Amino acid sequence: MVRTADVVVIGGGLHGCSTALHLALRGLKPILVEKDYAGRHASGVNAGGVRQLARDIAEIPLSLSSMAIWEHIEELVGDDCGFASHGTVLVAESEAEFADFRARVDDLRLKGFTHEELIDRAELKRLVPAVSDHCPGGVVSRRDGAADPFRTTQAFRKRAIEKGAEVMEGTTVTGLSRVDKTWRVETSAGPIEALKVVNAAGAWADRIAAMLGEPVPLEVIAPMLMVTSRVPAFIEPVVILRSRKLSFKQTGNGTVVIGGGHRATPFRDQNRTVLDWEKLAISARTVWELFPIMREATIVRAWAGIEARMPDEIPVIGPSSTSEGVYHQFGFSAHGFQLGPGTGAMMAELIATGATNVPIDGLGIARFVAR
Amino acid sequence: MTEASDLASAYDLVVIGGGPAGLAAAALAARAGVSTVLFDENPGVGGQIYRGITSTPLKKRAVLGEDYWAGAELAAEAKASGALIVTGATVWSLDPTRQVGVSIAGKARMIEARRVIIATGSLERPFPIPGWTLPGVMTAGAAQTALKAHGLVPNGRVLLAGCGPLLWLLAAQMLRAGARIEAILDTTLRANWLRAVPHLPDFLLSPYWSKGLALLREVRAKVPVIPIERLSARGEGKLQQVDYVSRGKDSRRQADVLLLHQGVVPNVNLANAAGVAHRWNERQICFEPVLDVDFGSSVPGIAIAGDGAGIAGGTAAAERGRIAAIAAVRALKPSASVPDPQSVRQKLQREELGRGFLDTLYRPADAFRLPEDETIACRCEEVTAKQIRDMAAIGCEGPNQMKAFLRCGMGPCQGRLCGLTVTELIAASRHTRPADVGYYRLRPPVKPITLAELASLPISEAERKAVER
Repeated sequence: MVRTADVVVIGGGLHGCSTALHLALRGLKPILVEKDYAGRHASGVNAGGVRQLARDIAEIPLSLSSMAIWEHIEELVGDDCGFASHGTVLVAESEAEFADFRARVDDLRLKGFTHEELIDRAELKRLVPAVSDHCPGGVVSRRDGAADPFRTTQAFRKRAIEKGAEVMEGTTVTGLSRVDKTWRVETSAGPIEALKVVNAAGAWADRIAAMLGEPVPLEVIAPMLMVTSRVPAFIEPVVILRSRKLSFKQTGNGTVVIGGGHRATPFRDQNRTVLDWEKLAISARTVWELFPIMREATIVRAWAGIEARMPDEIPVIGPSSTSEGVYHQFGFSAHGFQLGPGTGAMMAELIATGATNVPIDGLGIARFVAR
Repeated sequence: MTEASDLASAYDLVVIGGGPAGLAAAALAARAGVSTVLFDENPGVGGQIYRGITSTPLKKRAVLGEDYWAGAELAAEAKASGALIVTGATVWSLDPTRQVGVSIAGKARMIEARRVIIATGSLERPFPIPGWTLPGVMTAGAAQTALKAHGLVPNGRVLLAGCGPLLWLLAAQMLRAGARIEAILDTTLRANWLRAVPHLPDFLLSPYWSKGLALLREVRAKVPVIPIERLSARGEGKLQQVDYVSRGKDSRRQADVLLLHQGVVPNVNLANAAGVAHRWNERQICFEPVLDVDFGSSVPGIAIAGDGAGIAGGTAAAERGRIAAIAAVRALKPSASVPDPQSVRQKLQREELGRGFLDTLYRPADAFRLPEDETIACRCEEVTAKQIRDMAAIGCEGPNQMKAFLRCGMGPCQGRLCGLTVTELIAASRHTRPADVGYYRLRPPVKPITLAELASLPISEAERKAVER
């Protein structure tokens, strides 16, 4: 039996689920194909940061449009996704760093972006009282926040199904071919025919791109996170550093999630990662220096989600360069969670109408295609 | 005292756990000339069965019984073998490349192992009844720990409830140590006796037969044994009363201490986190690692001996440790002389003969494994059975998704107290088998470590260079 759909979305991460939902909201019939279950990898186990701060200029418009959705997320998916907005603070650890941050904020203002705001030592202390005294200031994005990643992905999946999307989990894509204008997506559960295909396959997206004759230099990465036992509430915003890899956030239930980009070794064909404790120890030492209050906290769990990183650390978004009707949405390079809601909306608009008002210049796959 | 900084950066063999399997494995390997370190998190070796074997204040041998004192020989052999035995050493991580994360006195180290034998034994099966989180309700294992390590027996009105050989052993040991037990509430299903009959001939050949019968006689002579079908603990702030149903009739007893036990299951946490493949054992209703004849796991270089390989008891554990150690020595140092594994296997077979009977007879009843709705299943996060059933009913297919929805299994115990309950509840709700539902994917650290401990890991060469640059 050949199934038919308007669009086949490959990948059940937050991006795939969001695109499927927004397609369904536009009255199209998407089938989402996921090899494991929705949110099994990076979408379900990332740090949950909903951050506009410190993004590449090319993805700022997408990030801002996504933030507008996050702020009303419950209206869209019927679940608040655990989203709480206490801002993200980028802490400067030296005067030199602080000067760099000032230059960045000034530059953003000239380009018309005002979400990043320079703060002095006093405001930093007000926002993050527990921060060590050696920090001269920082940058805040006050509307940023954090959400529960697995819950968010599941909420998008559930609402997509309610709005008419079909979700096939435990189903692997094995081939892509085209007859006239119709794409035939071969899967482990039989073929699906559709006019459009979205490649939102995360760490496996290069394999889909390769089937289309568009090899991309995708690196499979597994950023590590660890979480502590509950400690009394002491910090509201998400805190990130620049020169040392750290992101730091206390959840509503008191646990503290420590991340920042040190990586495990991923084995994507086994769905496994092997943690690097010496690198996690570096994060532990950074927290030790920055937040003395955390020294006796207990680490209860460490993990890493498998995802894709592009060499320029910005995603691949937009139409395929070789195959009409195929769209890419992958390579979010460890900062795709916040972008999920907005990118899905933009992608659905692009597929349904042929155009979008959200600028995605500079994110196309063409930048990796050899001329 | 060995400190973290005294350890070498690599050993031929790392043995994790100093119970009978670990002690026997370390002794055999070290005697064959393989560089061996044994880590045990307790202050002394012995594991659960021989806990406190080198330090127990109970010098009257009859209290704990001759089987207990057999552990002294194993401990002495391991000590004399040349293996480095490090107590107070908590192994919190093991990965498929055999990097071992260990903490000693607040300091952490990563150790490379060419071979690993996991000998982390068993855990008591969860026994979720209404009120099992009340102070005064403990596991029988906890009471046995206090007895062996400190010579302590519980005060006040003491009830034991559950089933299994260890329940009877504990009752006997407590009585010999002078404790008073008001009653034993026996949860053994009467129908199990019939089901166990086919296994009786093997059991009669096993050493458990005569020992078990003597234990039952000894305990029954002093304590009333009441067969029960339902059980709950009640009280304001602490245990005051135990309600039960015996042969269809509601009864209650005032009590200060209720000791629960319904058998033991393999402690799979470290092996699971290391990526070892596991399977469901329907007879023992638990997950166990998939192992070859030498107790080698699906991860090259990692073997699992003792009750962690599937429940078989303490004497079998030692033989399993020897078999795993022989395989390790043969791989690491083919020239070394080792005992003939065939003779060890024969001894092991004899030790394992009685399991079919015991597993069938003492298979815990569904009522005590699949708790009623308001009963707490996950103690760390206070998740009830009803919450788990409701989530399963709306489509939550496995324990890992359940973690995300309800946080069950996310607390400090890492699922040790709820894992099997959650798997079985999901399977029952979704009309599928526990084998299809699976178990938690466990994340290291398998034992909690402090941020300060982790920060104490020696700075690697690469990191030092990065800082200097």
